[in-house]
Amino acid sequence: MAEAAAKPGGAEILSVSDLQAWYGESHILHGINFNVKAGEVVTLLGRNGAGKTTTLKSVMGIIGKRTGSIRFNNEDIIRASSDRIARMGIAFCPEERGIFASLDVRENLLLPPIVRSGGLSLDQIFELFPNLKERLNSQGTKLSGGEQQMLAIARILRTGARFLMLDEPTEGLAPVIIQQIGHTIARLKSEGFTILLVEQNFRFASTVADRYYIVEHGKVIDGFANSELSANMDKLHTYLGV
Amino acid sequence: MQALYAQLLVGLINGSFYALLSLGLAVIFGMLNIINFAHGALYMMGAFCAYFLLNLAGIGYWPALIIAPIVVGIFGMILERTMLQWLSGLDHLYGLLLTFGIALIVQGVFQNYFGSSGLPYAIPDELKGGMNLGFMFLPIYRGWVVVFSLVVCLATWFLIEKTRLGANLRAATENPTLVRAFGINVPRMITLTYGLGVGLAALAGVLSAPINQVRPLMGADLIIVVFAVVVIGGMGSIMGSIITGFALGVIEGLTKYFYPEASNTVVFVLMVLVLLVKPTGLTGRAA
Repeated sequence: MAEAAAKPGGAEILSVSDLQAWYGESHILHGINFNVKAGEVVTLLGRNGAGKTTTLKSVMGIIGKRTGSIRFNNEDIIRASSDRIARMGIAFCPEERGIFASLDVRENLLLPPIVRSGGLSLDQIFELFPNLKERLNSQGTKLSGGEQQMLAIARILRTGARFLMLDEPTEGLAPVIIQQIGHTIARLKSEGFTILLVEQNFRFASTVADRYYIVEHGKVIDGFANSELSANMDKLHTYLGV
Repeated sequence: MQALYAQLLVGLINGSFYALLSLGLAVIFGMLNIINFAHGALYMMGAFCAYFLLNLAGIGYWPALIIAPIVVGIFGMILERTMLQWLSGLDHLYGLLLTFGIALIVQGVFQNYFGSSGLPYAIPDELKGGMNLGFMFLPIYRGWVVVFSLVVCLATWFLIEKTRLGANLRAATENPTLVRAFGINVPRMITLTYGLGVGLAALAGVLSAPINQVRPLMGADLIIVVFAVVVIGGMGSIMGSIITGFALGVIEGLTKYFYPEASNTVVFVLMVLVLLVKPTGLTGRAA
């Protein structure tokens, strides 16, 4: 198992070892090992179906059967229910965005409860995502794809959680929106958020990530820092098949 | 003309019970995905609870309006915690069978002790008598039932559609997994929702006690019509079930005046027509 070079200084916030997970009868994760340090942006890369999303969902506690160890701030959360995990300060932005059709934008935004003090205020959120302010009374699913993605990110910034998991935030979006999401992630990082990102879009990931892990067939098979990126380009092309 | 107004009033009264019961069914179905066949038995328990409070403890109608829904609501929450929660994720059929079985057991127990005949429950003194409205005579208690039911229905609608708590509820109806992953205790919310739906049924039971007497099978007779109401209105919508409940009560009343022979079947005929044209009901979403 390749251990990625860690940035000096940051304490380990999340450490996952030998994580295995099942969807019903099918065994999806076969021993995932990685860690995330405070203030980092760590990206899980890998092909479709490699187990990246399942890894995030396992950390969030929404995969029924999981074994191994997931330590968050030195507490083992592998057996914890997802509402408890959320209250410990992990926030999740799912791949399908999870905007609620029966809620308007304001209700969607206010849905996740505050779990810690120090979350962004509504004014700060509207400064990051001005579009949302104009559409507060629209039905959540009437927003464009980009606006829905912004709403999905915005609503977890209010909660005070400092550890964010974003599952393919750029999927299916126009380049100008992708850029805006990139700026947002950079901004969040500069404000001390720790971010675990799942991406197919490697070019996007390379603009924001500190470290990468490669996931294949339910295992982490490699990992390296952003500074080692150019040295690893050939390997990366083989892994991702791009 | 007098007879027409009288039938309209009867229709509104029945509509009040239809609305309160189908509203509870809609709330429960939305959140638990369970077709609560025990609803009629819980309605009956509400009426019996009021009867016991009066005859065993001397507690009258007004406190019973609050106490009975809470007591029966707690009974419902125990049912949910001990049995219904294990059915989540399974086919509707299981919930339907389980709640139907619960209804039979509850009704059987009450029948064993109280037979099938009605027990009287007096109208509270404050609501005795009637008013002459000029065009008809309005018994005050009946007017009270219609107005109070309407207020309760609208308050429930407001709670679900316009408040933070309601937004949590609607969101959890759509995607309970994600709502839980935001830190909301969804299992507790489901239990409380079942308690709320059951409490509404028990409240309807208390309201009905002075009009229809207290009988072990009072709910079994009513619930068949209420399910027809729910099918017509569609399971998904709160306001839909309120409006459909009152409207069908009135339609039934009008039928009693214009063509009494059809008054017992008109709701079912409408149900067949709606199912033919719009199988998800007038306001419902696809299940």
